[in-house]
Amino acid sequence: MMSEVLSDRPTTSRTSALSARPSGPEPVLRVQNLEVTYYTDAGRAKALDDVSFTLSAGEKLGMVGESGSGKSTLALAMMRMIKPPGRIEAGRVIVGDTDLTGLDDDAMRKARLSKIAYIPQGAMNSLNPVMRIGAQMVDAVKSHMNGESRSSIGDRCAHALKSVDLDASVFRMYAHELSGGMKQRVCIAIGILLNPQVIIADEPTSALDVVTQRQVMETIDRVQKEINAAVILIGHDMGLMAQFVDKVAVMYAGRLVEVSTVREMFTDPKHPYARALISSLPNLDNKGVFQGIPGLAPSLLRLPTGCAFHPRCTHAMDICGTTRPEVRMLASGRVVTCHLFNEEA
Amino acid sequence: MRTLWLVVRRFLFLILVIWSASTITFIIPRFSPRSAIRERFALLARNGGFSPGDLEKIITAMQTQFGLDKPLLQQYVDYMSGVLRLDFGYSLNKYPSTVIDLISQALPWTLGLLLVTTILSFLIGNLLGAIAAWPKAPQWLRAVATPFVLLTGVPPVLMGVLLLFFVGFRLKLLPLGGAYSIGVIPNWSWGFALDMAQHQILPALALIFGSVGGWVLSMRGMGITIQGEDYVNFAEHKGLDGVSIFRDYYLRNALLPQVTGFALALGTVVTSAIIIESIFFLPGIGTLLQDAIKSNDFPVIYGIVLFITITVATLMVAMEFVYPLIDPRIRKQ
Repeated sequence: MMSEVLSDRPTTSRTSALSARPSGPEPVLRVQNLEVTYYTDAGRAKALDDVSFTLSAGEKLGMVGESGSGKSTLALAMMRMIKPPGRIEAGRVIVGDTDLTGLDDDAMRKARLSKIAYIPQGAMNSLNPVMRIGAQMVDAVKSHMNGESRSSIGDRCAHALKSVDLDASVFRMYAHELSGGMKQRVCIAIGILLNPQVIIADEPTSALDVVTQRQVMETIDRVQKEINAAVILIGHDMGLMAQFVDKVAVMYAGRLVEVSTVREMFTDPKHPYARALISSLPNLDNKGVFQGIPGLAPSLLRLPTGCAFHPRCTHAMDICGTTRPEVRMLASGRVVTCHLFNEEA
Repeated sequence: MRTLWLVVRRFLFLILVIWSASTITFIIPRFSPRSAIRERFALLARNGGFSPGDLEKIITAMQTQFGLDKPLLQQYVDYMSGVLRLDFGYSLNKYPSTVIDLISQALPWTLGLLLVTTILSFLIGNLLGAIAAWPKAPQWLRAVATPFVLLTGVPPVLMGVLLLFFVGFRLKLLPLGGAYSIGVIPNWSWGFALDMAQHQILPALALIFGSVGGWVLSMRGMGITIQGEDYVNFAEHKGLDGVSIFRDYYLRNALLPQVTGFALALGTVVTSAIIIESIFFLPGIGTLLQDAIKSNDFPVIYGIVLFITITVATLMVAMEFVYPLIDPRIRKQ
């Protein structure tokens, strides 16, 4: 136990302990000890620090956290799309039985969309304005399936459009002829073209009105069931998350501080930051009694020693300022990164 | 119906532009106290043969011949009716050649050189600029654009003279000037074509060196904006290969404003021709215009300036109809 707390590098035994969830089928996605650093002029910013989690087919994980907590960096790192000055320093991303971090550039290119798909915040600008929607679907398929017949590619695109409830005529249209919600659904259709095992949706509903948000989320929900993919939903909107995901992961300063089921997260959050996050949400039962979290998120360039959250934490102990807490799995199967639970693990 | 109205409106606008341009070009040379006819015959008189009294008679007769003794308003009406028929009358200085004859003799030379170099500069400059801004391009390839940007700082006059001095005079690799070798009679043969091409290389290089850098800079700026666009990122998320992303998502979008720039660049063809043609002793619109300005031969000036105006205005209107073809967002408006 002690050695684990003190060791700087996570041990493989701990990682495998995390992967082996008490119940559930074989995971399709295993993220292990992922670490990303941005080498800026002002210094090194560790945007992802020792992030590990697993997802099974059909499972939906919501990823929440303040801006700059590393949500989008995590998505980019999983796609291996971190651009300089950023770099993936350590860790593995395993989809099915392919280790993405071990692939060469061309194999990684082919893995994108076919194994792991990314749905951007597409309402505004994610579609090429001078290409027809169809052309942007066809080129995606073609770049992965050499020698696929034209009619088969056409069928695949038509099916994807139908899955997201879009008319077949959208195939011949341009992005500017579509509404925000339609554009977002086109992005989802592109994401599911090759039936990926993992779909990452990065704030798919921001910049959409609430009615359209719900439609888009229902679309993601439906296509996810159809192809039985694991979904990672990145966003700020806890309310929307609560309705659609199975598990919620809370990020803070590049670390995963808690991973719990939706029910557990909203009724009994463990990590003090997660608790503060939940109590900052408006609630119908006790109107007006919600609080913010004091202080500001720390700069990644000057992280506090020990636990990055301790200066804002109401439960901070001496150890929090000196020792970095390890990721622990509680007896319930929940994952928490906090010294408060050193005994429970 | 809307499209028809657009066409009509653009056409009316085109006419308005040409009318104002022709009116301005009519007025400006009239402010000059000089007289092309007087100067020409004064020159002849210096070589002997005329008495001063005869000279005045001849000049008066010539002015009547050209309608220069009529009131200005009458001259303007005559001039405008000429413009309508694309008839600018006779050159004052090179009588009895008509302005249209002079222009049509000079035009092929200018177009041959300037059109080719403008198109080449556009293609080279935009490709190099796009590559220079593309982070995934090899470093050495991205650096190719830099010397062209530096060369933009060298004025075309100096560039022409430097090329002439080093390549033509010192190394004796290429001819020093003229459109073809002295003593050769223009004809349709491969030998003549080769001879002509050799004479065009240095002026073409001077023009290309002078203009590629501009395209590089504007394209590079455009490229930096476009590569940050979400659709370029999403194209990479889709797993497309680098060439497709570069060509279909990045280059195609970055090129849109450059096409407008190209139409404008075509309008400056004649101005660049003036400098280059005079350095390299080439026949063409530039030389013709320069001679006309020197001798205040205003029918020729009118002809050339109007020709440029009509070309540029027509190109601009044409762009309005080409642009929707390359940018679907314009189509619906």
